[in-house]
Formats: sequence, C-alpha cells, structure tokens
Amino acid sequence: MTQQKTTDTTPGTGPEMTQTIDRPDTTDPGARPDLRPGSGDAAGYFLEGVPIRDGKAPSGPISERWGARQFDARLVNPANRRKLSVIIVGTGLAGASAAATMGEQGYAVKAFFYQDSPRRAHSIAAQGGINAAKNYKGDGDSVHRLFYDTVKGGDYRSRESNVYRLAEVSVNIIDQCVAQGVPFAREYGGLLDNRSFGGVQVSRTFYARGQTGQQLLIGAYQALERQVGAGTVATYSRHEMLELVVVDGRARGIVARDLVTGAIETHLADAVVLASGGYGNVFYLSTNALGSNVTATWRAHRKGALFGNPCYTQIHPTCIPVSGDHQSKLTLMSESLRNDGRIWVPKNTEDREKDPREIPEEDRDYYLERIYPSFGNLVPRDIASRAAKYQCDEGKGVGPGGLGVYLDFADAIKRLGRPAVVTKYGNLFDMYSRITGEDPYATPMRIYPAVHYVMGGLWVDYDLQSSIPGLFVTGEANFSDHGANRLGASALMQGLADGYFVLPNTIRDYLADGPFEKITEANPAVVAAQQDVEQRIAKLMSVNGTRSVDSYHKELGHIMWEYCGMERSEEGLKKAVGMIRELREDFWRNVRILGSADSLNQALEKAGRVVDFLELGELMCIDALNRRESCGGHFRAESQTEDGEALRDDAGYSYVAAWEWGGEAGMPILHKEDLVYEFVEMKQRSYK
Amino acid sequence: MKITLKIWRQEKPSADGAMKTYALDDVSEDMSFLEMLDQLNEQLNNNGEEPVAFDSDCREGICGMCGLMINGQAHGPVQTTTCQLHMRSFKDGDTITVEPWRADAFPVLRDLCVDRGALDRMIQAGGYVSANTGSAPDAHATPVPKANADRAFEAATCIGCGACVAACPNASASLFVGAKITHLGELPQGQPERHTRVVGMVAQHDDEGFGGCTNIGECSAACPQEIPLDVISQLNKDLRNALRAGA
Repeated sequence: MTQQKTTDTTPGTGPEMTQTIDRPDTTDPGARPDLRPGSGDAAGYFLEGVPIRDGKAPSGPISERWGARQFDARLVNPANRRKLSVIIVGTGLAGASAAATMGEQGYAVKAFFYQDSPRRAHSIAAQGGINAAKNYKGDGDSVHRLFYDTVKGGDYRSRESNVYRLAEVSVNIIDQCVAQGVPFAREYGGLLDNRSFGGVQVSRTFYARGQTGQQLLIGAYQALERQVGAGTVATYSRHEMLELVVVDGRARGIVARDLVTGAIETHLADAVVLASGGYGNVFYLSTNALGSNVTATWRAHRKGALFGNPCYTQIHPTCIPVSGDHQSKLTLMSESLRNDGRIWVPKNTEDREKDPREIPEEDRDYYLERIYPSFGNLVPRDIASRAAKYQCDEGKGVGPGGLGVYLDFADAIKRLGRPAVVTKYGNLFDMYSRITGEDPYATPMRIYPAVHYVMGGLWVDYDLQSSIPGLFVTGEANFSDHGANRLGASALMQGLADGYFVLPNTIRDYLADGPFEKITEANPAVVAAQQDVEQRIAKLMSVNGTRSVDSYHKELGHIMWEYCGMERSEEGLKKAVGMIRELREDFWRNVRILGSADSLNQALEKAGRVVDFLELGELMCIDALNRRESCGGHFRAESQTEDGEALRDDAGYSYVAAWEWGGEAGMPILHKEDLVYEFVEMKQRSYK
Repeated sequence: MKITLKIWRQEKPSADGAMKTYALDDVSEDMSFLEMLDQLNEQLNNNGEEPVAFDSDCREGICGMCGLMINGQAHGPVQTTTCQLHMRSFKDGDTITVEPWRADAFPVLRDLCVDRGALDRMIQAGGYVSANTGSAPDAHATPVPKANADRAFEAATCIGCGACVAACPNASASLFVGAKITHLGELPQGQPERHTRVVGMVAQHDDEGFGGCTNIGECSAACPQEIPLDVISQLNKDLRNALRAGA
C-alpha cells in the first residue's frame, strides 16, 4: 500500500522472548519457525509467537522493588551527560516533565511537538485532578491502598510492580508541583484540599478547580522553558515525527516534518523517548484534541516495537452528547461532577420528551444508585458508561437521538447552595451552557459516554523501554500501568510519575553505555527512513481522488464506535475488520489532498495521521476479537454474568497481548506476557 | 442559516495576502465557529480549492491554540475562545470577517495561522520557579493563605492564546506578562526570583516588538479566561520594586 518496505520481523534484541517452544513452520514465512497460526475467535487473523516477559521486572518485597531498581540502574557522570543526546516526542505531562528533568540533569535534549507551543499538549484539558497517596485527610489512604485500588480498578490486567511504583512516587509529584508554583486548591488554613474521585472511597485527589491538567502542564511547561533558556533543551515547534530511525537494532533518531515549510528533517540521538499521547482519535469523535494521533507510536510499531493491549479503550461516562453530524469533537465534563450530581433517566419511555423538571421523583430511575448501592454515582468509568448505554438501548435515553442521560444538580444546589456549586463546578457549568445553549443551574445536564483515553499503547518493560533498545515510551503512549481500565485522576499521576521520576532514573542505565557510535545522515538506515517518509508523502499527494481526508476519518470512526466501542462481539469485530480493510483500500485510491507538500498543509498532516489510524483500527479489532472475555473497558457480549456484568476469564486471558507488526501483507503476531499476582488477590470486581 | 465569509488568505509568510469572499449555506446554529470553518473547508476541497489554514487543537477552550479576529474582535462577539463560540451568536444572512491575530510580534505563517513563539520566549526569560525535579520539600511544608492561592490560580488560568495582544491597539502583551507575574508572585515559592523574573520578562517583551501598555483594557475585555486588568498594575508595581532594588 504505502511504499514502505516491509519491516524485518526478526525478533528484536529488546524483549526477552522466552524460547520455550520449537514448532514446525506452519505459516510459511520460513525465517520464523517461532510462529504458529493463532487460535480462538481471531484464528485466521493473527499468528502467535513465543511468550514474552519483562526482562527488567524486579523481584522481592513489592515496596522495595523501585528502590532496588534505582540503585541498580547505572549512573552517568555529570560531565558525560552533555555528550548524551535524547529526543523526546510530545510535550504533554509525560514529555515536558521528562524533557525538563533530563535537561536539569545536564543531558542534551531535543523536544518535538506538532503544536505551536509545548503548552498546548492535550494534558492541558484534563479537568478533575491528580491522585496521590498523601493521606492528608487521614481517611485511611496509603501507598498500598492506592496500589490496590489501581490494580482492582484496572480489572487485574496490569503489572503489580509498575502500579506499586506509580503509587509510591505519587507523593513526590505533589511536592514537586507545589514547589514549581502549581496553584492547587487550598483550604482556609492554607493546606491543600482533596476530593474523592470516581471509583474510590478515600479523598486523595488534588485539584485546581476544574483545570488541574492545565495547571500541572503549565508547571511542567515552565520547567521546560527554563531549560530552553538554560540551553539544555532545544524545542521544535510545529514539527511532527513521521518515522523512527533504527540503526543496528537501536533507536537512534527520528524523521520529522516541519509543518510550516514542509521540510523533511532527520534528527539523530543516543536515545528516543515517545511521549506522544493516546490514540482515541481512531474513533474520530473523542475527547482528545483534534491533532492527537498515533503516528509516532505506530511508526515505531512498524519498526519493531510491540504494541500492548491495543483494544483497551476507556469510554468516559460524562461527556456532552453529540448535537449533529457537523460535530468535530466531544467535550468531557469532569467526572468530579458525579460527586454531587445524580444520574437518572425517566422510568417511562413516554416521559423522554418531557421537561425533566416536570417529571416527579417517583418516575425517575436513579439507576446507578439503584444497581450499585455502595458506590452509587461514583462507580468506575467503564461501569457508568455501559450502564448509560443500556438505559439508552432500552429506549430511556433523552435528548437528540435518545443518546443521553440526565446529570442533575438540583439536590446539590438545594443542599450546598448555588455559590458553593459555582465555586466547585462553575467553569464546567459555563462550558456546558456555551456548547448546548442550556442553563445547567436551572435544568439537568444531559450526558453520554465518549471515547476518552486508551490504556493500550507501546509495550514497555519496567524501565519504560520498548522492545526496541533505546526507545522509551512514557505516559498514555505506553500500555503499562492502568490495566484494562484507568481510574479517574490517574492519567495525570502516571504522566508525571513517568516523566519526572521514573524515566530519568531508568534511562540512565541505558545511556551509561553511551555515547553510542556516531552515525551520520548518510547511514543507509537513516537514508531509508528519510526516503520512506518522502515517498509516503509523495504518494499521498499524488492520489488526487475525490474524497476529503476528514470523510475517511469520520467513516473509520463510525466503524470503530459501532463495532469496537462500548460492547464488542465476535460477529461485529469480524465485520469491522473487513470494513476497515475496504476503507483503507479506497483511501489510497480516492483521497484528495490539495495544495503542496512544501508548505503548511493541514489536509496533508491529517492524511498522514489517518493512514496510521486505518492500520491501528484493524489491530484494535483483532486484539478485541482475540480477547474473548470482558475486562475493564473491554466488554465482550459473549462474556457476561447473568445480570449483565462483565465477566473476566482469568484462566484464559490473564496476559498482556503484545503485538508485533507482521508486515503490510502479513498478519500481526501475538506475544503473551503472563500477569502474575503475588500481592493482590484477583477477584471479580464488584461495586454493588 | 446562510453565511457570507470574508477571510484573509495568505500563501506564506513572505507573500501578500488578501481578503476572499465565500458563501456558505446550511450552517447549523449548534456548530462551533470552527466547525463552520470545517464545513467551508470540506466545500472548498470538493470544489478543488485549497482549504483555509487555521489553528485549533483541543476545541474545548483550554489549549489556547485557536484564535481569530472575527468582525474585528479577538475571538469574536462572545468573551470566550474561538472554538467555544457557536453559530447561534450569528444570524441568518450575516457577513462575517475573519482575520488572523494582528501584531508585529505574531507574524502570519499562512492564512489565519500566526507564529506566537514570542510568548514562549517571554516565559523562558523568567516565567518559572527554579525547582529542579527531586528537590521539593513536602507539599504541606509551607501553607499558602487561601486568598493568595485563589488569586494565583485566577492569574494562572491564562491559556496563552494571544487575544490580549490582538485586541490591544498597541499590540502589548502586558496582560500575558502580568498574569504570570501575579501567578508566581502570590505564592511563597515565587518570591526568591520575583525581581529577576519581572525584569527578564519585561525586557523580552520589549525585544519581541510588543507595544507598551496605555491602560485601555481591551486585553482584559477580550480575554477568554477573564484575566483581570489589575495583573498589569501588579506587573508595574513589581517592576518598580525590582528596579528600585537594583535587579
């Protein structure tokens, strides 16, 4: 399809593939006796490779593992650091914090971002808060409890060691941010305020009104700009990474396009860090920024980096419903609203069109409070989203198309008074009223679930290193800490944990072997990467068909939402794979991109991203098809309890699905990493 | 509804630009202003005409990437970001003029996209607290009175969109600088560098070619985050104190 040459599929030197099997070659690619045809629902869609394990996984008491790893990771002499260069792609929380910290430590850092300023990265839009096990409220919180809640919330599909480390460094994040001048909410005594947040029963969420992500990102951004001023970090605004440069099995740089001039540039370094965020925009409509994309990680995947659990998608329960076909994005209303708002639908379908204020109490169904009495409106996101879908499927939904449920603040306004509600949620109410033209103080809001976050991402080991040596992945771009479902206020925690505290301490063990052999732009691997990019762009510009890039993106989004959204089935997923393949073919025959490649051309930028979404979407469906169980955000219709709750299959699927690129004409290759629980007992989640 | 658009088209930084007129039918009042431009671009693409380049990213009013002069007003007739402006603010048959931010310090890159790198460079000149990762004391070590924390937060909500500059007849960035000075100046963590911060940021402001402040207040009136004008008084006060102290 593209003129990319097929990537070499020899197992990399990165992940330790446990060579436990010696099977006859049943699949033809003669060079790969390690492969066998996949089995199960996705048989015929994938090959299975040897299991994989995390070669850096620590052992011993869980509370000592991170300390031990930090001690074992080799140090780099301060005088040598400036000779070591690191490329960081993305300047959200996970990228800006890493760039600032590595700059402070004296490494030579280059930071790339497609926006015009590092402060625009989509972490800026996170509203609710950031978790930390400070136990400032004395309500029984601890590192161990945050660890436990996160493992449970992730539906037992994450690694214990990683999650424990996340909980452990969470406390340092708050200290660091306060020192930078992040204006968290405070109480009258001058101490920091906390609130409880979706899915937990302690108050461990720090916040800055409904703009916590903005304040944390500005903190990281200022630290980053300080390093730019100090000369340790160079920033490349309006630059998009389009290819990873791998030389002799190591990540050594990137090829990027200057989005203003169209120039294709090669940048080389000793290590590359991808902090490029999530790929929720594969659904076209999501709460992500319009430019959020999978290109950086997908291009690395095609160069050999394994992709972990691509189907794990978080659908957020409290978004503003779609108003029409013109819609370009969905807007999230922070789930902190669920602390005080009550969710309901009319009991009688004939009340759907009525003014909600005229529906008497006894004709309302507060279905979350009814079904989950102990958690009520605070059940985790996946459960709240599916519950809303089921109400709407039963014809009880409200608003346009019957795709909405009420989120009602009438009780809260009565109980707390309007001024208190304004203080807590004012900016969210304003946003709702601007978008919908309705007044949420007077009438209940309407909400509906929307794609918000992806737990899947590039596979990394405990050091956050991908299966390509020298390629590290942080934040939402990696798969590591949230299992099959992320708890509220944990994305900010993970992004900053990775960037401030984890990566700088693990990447030094890799850099201690550097500086690596100097390579030039004449190196054949570098030339090939650059040519691949140039040819891909030339091909996109030459199709000259009739359909806009957006129209393809929209169609892909419809397929993904319909068949790989809140509920997935074998039949639907198989259908989706076929539809995506057809759409991809049509794209390369019929897309129309006007203008030129050597200037600012936004249609061309989008086209490159949609090309990668079209490939990713297929892998997501195959991953979802293979995983015939329901866990976290992944709900398979075939795997549910009698009363319709998600049913996990620990015997069959307690593993990370790490996918290897199988080439454009080939099938993806599944490597399984077994998940072992030593400290948390695996239970069926219950929030009843 | 039907809308007529007059839009600034400019091929590249060095090219001359001009206003071009486009007619758009079938605009829904539920569309955001940018979704209306999306529809225009879809129409242009179908007609074989190059789409209009304009910046936007989060489309929920917080990233600061979008920003257009709409009928001569920064972000248009409602005090919000361009992405949060909806077509229900216009009437059937309206003619709407759309231009890029107008300021020497924000050169046009193409059509409606401008280069706002000057804002980042002012932050580099002192808009931070020097606190290396790992060096922080416990977050509760220094209580901050709620009133100061709240004022710091209010100033810190600046999204760096540049509307204040575009709205100002002098193209001054004083509201932007004042917001940062106030944010960090209200907090104990910001005190050690208070003098060098204000001197560094103001010097950079002037180097970038932003104009001086003459207290007109258009900036604050156009600011989608409603940053109050008193941050500029704070800026001036801090600058005086710093200069007196010999910073």
